[in-house]
Amino acid sequence: MKKQLLELRVNSRLPELAIEPNRLLLDALRIDLQLTGSKRGCDDSSCGACTVLVDGIPMLSCTMLASSCEGHEITTVEGVSEHGALAAIQKAYGDWGGAQCGFCTPGFMMTVKHLLATNPNPSDPEIREALSSNLCRCTGYSQMYEAIKAAIQAEQKGMAVSK
Amino acid sequence: MSQSFSIIGKPIAMVDAAGKTTGSGKYTDDLALPGMLVGKILHSPHPHARIKRIDSSRAEKLEGIVAVVVGSDAPNPYGILPVGHDEHALATDKVRYVGDNVACIVAEDEAIAERTVELIEVQYELLPAYFDPEESMKAERDLVHDNKPHNIEKDYHHAFGDPDKGFAEADHIEEARFIANEVTHAAMEPHSTLAAFDIDSQTGKPGRLTVWSSTQVPYYLQHKLSLVLEMPMSQIRVIKPLVGGGFGGKSEVIPLEIIAAVAARKAKRPVKITYTREEVFWAHRGRPRTIIDLKTGVKNDGRITAVKARVVQDGGGYCSYGVVTILYSGALLGALYDIPNIEYDGFRVLTNKPACGAMRGHGTVNVRFAFESQLDELAAKLKIDPAEFRRRNLLQPPCITVNGLRVQSYGLPECIEKVVDRSGWKARKGKLPQGRGLGLACSHYVSGAANSIIRSDMPHSTVNIKIDRDGGVVVYTGASEIGQGSDTMTAQIAAEVLGCSLARVRVIAADTDLTPIDIGSYSSRVTFMAGNATLRAAEAVKKQIAAAAAKKMGCAPEELLFRDDLILRNGVPAQEPRGPDGRGRPSPHGSSELPYGLSRDSEHGFATDHGRVGTGHVGTGVHARPAELSSATVSGRVEGQILRGSLQQKRKEDEAPKISMSFEEAVVAAIDFHGALTGTGSYAPPPEARGGKHKGGGVGPSPAYSYSAQVAEVSVDEGTGEVTVHKVWAAHDCGRALNPVAVEGQVIGSVWMGMGQALTEEMIWKDGLLMNPGLLEYRSPSSAESPEVEPIIVESIDPEGPFGAKECSEGALAATIPAISNAIYDAVGVRLHESPFTPERVLAALRAKRNAKPVNLTEGVDPTSPTKFREHGGSLWFKGKGALRHELDPARTKA
Repeated sequence: MKKQLLELRVNSRLPELAIEPNRLLLDALRIDLQLTGSKRGCDDSSCGACTVLVDGIPMLSCTMLASSCEGHEITTVEGVSEHGALAAIQKAYGDWGGAQCGFCTPGFMMTVKHLLATNPNPSDPEIREALSSNLCRCTGYSQMYEAIKAAIQAEQKGMAVSK
Repeated sequence: MSQSFSIIGKPIAMVDAAGKTTGSGKYTDDLALPGMLVGKILHSPHPHARIKRIDSSRAEKLEGIVAVVVGSDAPNPYGILPVGHDEHALATDKVRYVGDNVACIVAEDEAIAERTVELIEVQYELLPAYFDPEESMKAERDLVHDNKPHNIEKDYHHAFGDPDKGFAEADHIEEARFIANEVTHAAMEPHSTLAAFDIDSQTGKPGRLTVWSSTQVPYYLQHKLSLVLEMPMSQIRVIKPLVGGGFGGKSEVIPLEIIAAVAARKAKRPVKITYTREEVFWAHRGRPRTIIDLKTGVKNDGRITAVKARVVQDGGGYCSYGVVTILYSGALLGALYDIPNIEYDGFRVLTNKPACGAMRGHGTVNVRFAFESQLDELAAKLKIDPAEFRRRNLLQPPCITVNGLRVQSYGLPECIEKVVDRSGWKARKGKLPQGRGLGLACSHYVSGAANSIIRSDMPHSTVNIKIDRDGGVVVYTGASEIGQGSDTMTAQIAAEVLGCSLARVRVIAADTDLTPIDIGSYSSRVTFMAGNATLRAAEAVKKQIAAAAAKKMGCAPEELLFRDDLILRNGVPAQEPRGPDGRGRPSPHGSSELPYGLSRDSEHGFATDHGRVGTGHVGTGVHARPAELSSATVSGRVEGQILRGSLQQKRKEDEAPKISMSFEEAVVAAIDFHGALTGTGSYAPPPEARGGKHKGGGVGPSPAYSYSAQVAEVSVDEGTGEVTVHKVWAAHDCGRALNPVAVEGQVIGSVWMGMGQALTEEMIWKDGLLMNPGLLEYRSPSSAESPEVEPIIVESIDPEGPFGAKECSEGALAATIPAISNAIYDAVGVRLHESPFTPERVLAALRAKRNAKPVNLTEGVDPTSPTKFREHGGSLWFKGKGALRHELDPARTKA
């Protein structure tokens, strides 16, 4: 298949790619852009390890064509850190045991980022429901809930201090 | 007097957490090398067939195809167990399951490889296949492996004590058949291997091999690669990058690991193979479908008199860990309760399905489900509270069980007490509304197998430590971090012993060129064994630092306390509240707790074989001159050559003897004295923990066992048969929790995985074809289906564990399945004999109860249940048509 020139907007950068029109977004990210943070855990959009944000909405990059994302803002796990430091949710996932083997973690980072962007103070059932799009095989999810709550607290504290 | 610690026992983030949360950590599939090719494997579409011919000429002609690899490229057999070398990189004569490996295409990119793999033409001669272990055991011909009569991989027949007498003494005997269906690890990271050969500088041929692989056992992989490739182990380097979960699925050599290396040799370029999720299901090595015929005898007072178990495991097409699995099933009937008489018959059977292997709770989980369910039935019959029933059968450690297992630390009584207390057991058990219930069960697991699978006198773990001049500590360990926190545990122990901050410690792990041998991350051995080796290596280095520091400080080495990046003289620091670096340090004294390292009676306390060098200088103001140091054992100091650090050190020597030193100062002093600061520690289980002498007695013994007790609260919808787990209270005796947040994470994860096996997870087979090779269809629970788990840490402080620690990652799993089963019984009064407890099975049991028919679900099925379930339910009991079906199957028609 003939390659086409494509300009993607990934983590606020504008890389230009020459890729086949049938290239999946996940492969474009992992292989062409070497953004290997997004993972391939399945091949049938069941695990959520490849979740990225497209215009702020969590999408599964393993079942999306890269060419369909032209003109949209893509955020991967590499774009979650803020000002060169860990985002509150990244720190909290480490501190509270939200990540064990870490393979599903990039996907969860994106899902949680979207959750907190749309619902800054989610209830327990809301957190559970939001996370149910991603699978984890290590943690049993419990420590993730703790981490998310801790991150919310840290964010609120941080905001209070800066005010 | 208890000890206080500065690093261990505190909840800390894993040392590699940031790499995981930022996506910067590299797993095998994230790696790429210049000129790297992609390998794609052609799998067998038949469960049992002889390969007549492989024609790859069409594929080879295509552009972008570099090589086609077949069985004859690497015909040496291998297998994880020395007794089970029955696998080949690619099939040489036969395929034994749907998904068996036939050939491998090596291509420039994945798309080409995927397209081309179809073009390899293989001619098969189909053979009759075996899918049910009990059928397979009757086979006379067309065996799965020609050297295994009746398709029995291995059978064991053990009798400990006098089982006949035990049953004769029993007042009640309960007997039943239990079936636990097959489950798999489904680790989030699909297996991946990248293999690359260096070009030999003399011959220009492929020389040294480097393999990056998602493995729990780098050294076993190195060993098997050496067997298959006929290369010395020293010519093979195995590196384990981050591993995305193992649970046992990566604890043996998986076909792609060998195939990638063979392909790289043939293609003369680096080759990476990553499994698709479907291939991961075929690679499998999960927990076998297990048929357990269990008989337990008890006295009226609840004391167990004898247990008899006949266990048949559906092992799949290859040996894998099978011999060990079937032995664990029998051996770990012991060491949980006091059972005076045990009879065990275990059969590991070959069938034409993917090989089963080791999975979290290896060999014990399914038998524990049966045993704890039967205890619950007996408790109900004798009208004894299930918790009390278990208390009456506790061991009295230290002891050696009837089957030769040594038990020392035993936190089970406290675990039972804690879960009974926290769950409100006494007030609520049996008193919840209809449809809601509580169930209790216990389990245990080894903290590492006392005997390695490859017999040798080699230590099971060895750790090297090197300390740099600036006080940076580098720990070299072969232990494999697979997400369980092994690197963090290693860093914690090193930091605790050396009294330095965690940030100083860097862990270099699982790289066979750099790290000393550790046999891998399986059987929950890392904390106990690699932890002990780390502790000993750190003690060895500490001894050198202490000798040098003692000289400077004019005291005996054993008077020194290493803590908070300082070396303090015992009792003295109170006079000097501020450290030499100007940072204030709280005095560790004045509390009732004794800081770690000062305890005279502790086995980890300071050894005194350095003698009391320099004690004469205490408080005299006499300078500790280097000349006095030279009288000691080793000195790497070259006369007249003063390094920069030494110069600073020299200036400080002119001052009065110190009452404290910073960690860096002490390290510099020690390096100046010894020339280099390195230490080695290793661990081998003690001979008295290695078990009985009977055949198969090598599997089951462990230096220490972890204990678990759990209460599950469930509700059962009697209309739909759906079971919901609301909460699980899980108390786990891990010896000592080195990192509580990691211990809790492991316990919660185990309980959660156990719940998956109890309720939803099942590999469903139809004529050897897996019906659900995807994560959605396999039904690993999501956050929406996951219960609240309350982990309760019980610390029994094992006498031989590092700081008293034992395993915490596997033992809890086995208790969850029977705890849920027992809770279902409490809720709706039906006893489930087959896992998982799907709505179909629960409904069938409920209906059977209403009709009051004595239907045993594992032998027949309620005739009113939908036929669709029997077609779909995966139970191979119901295979075949007409007269071929099981005699109790209502769909059976007479021929």
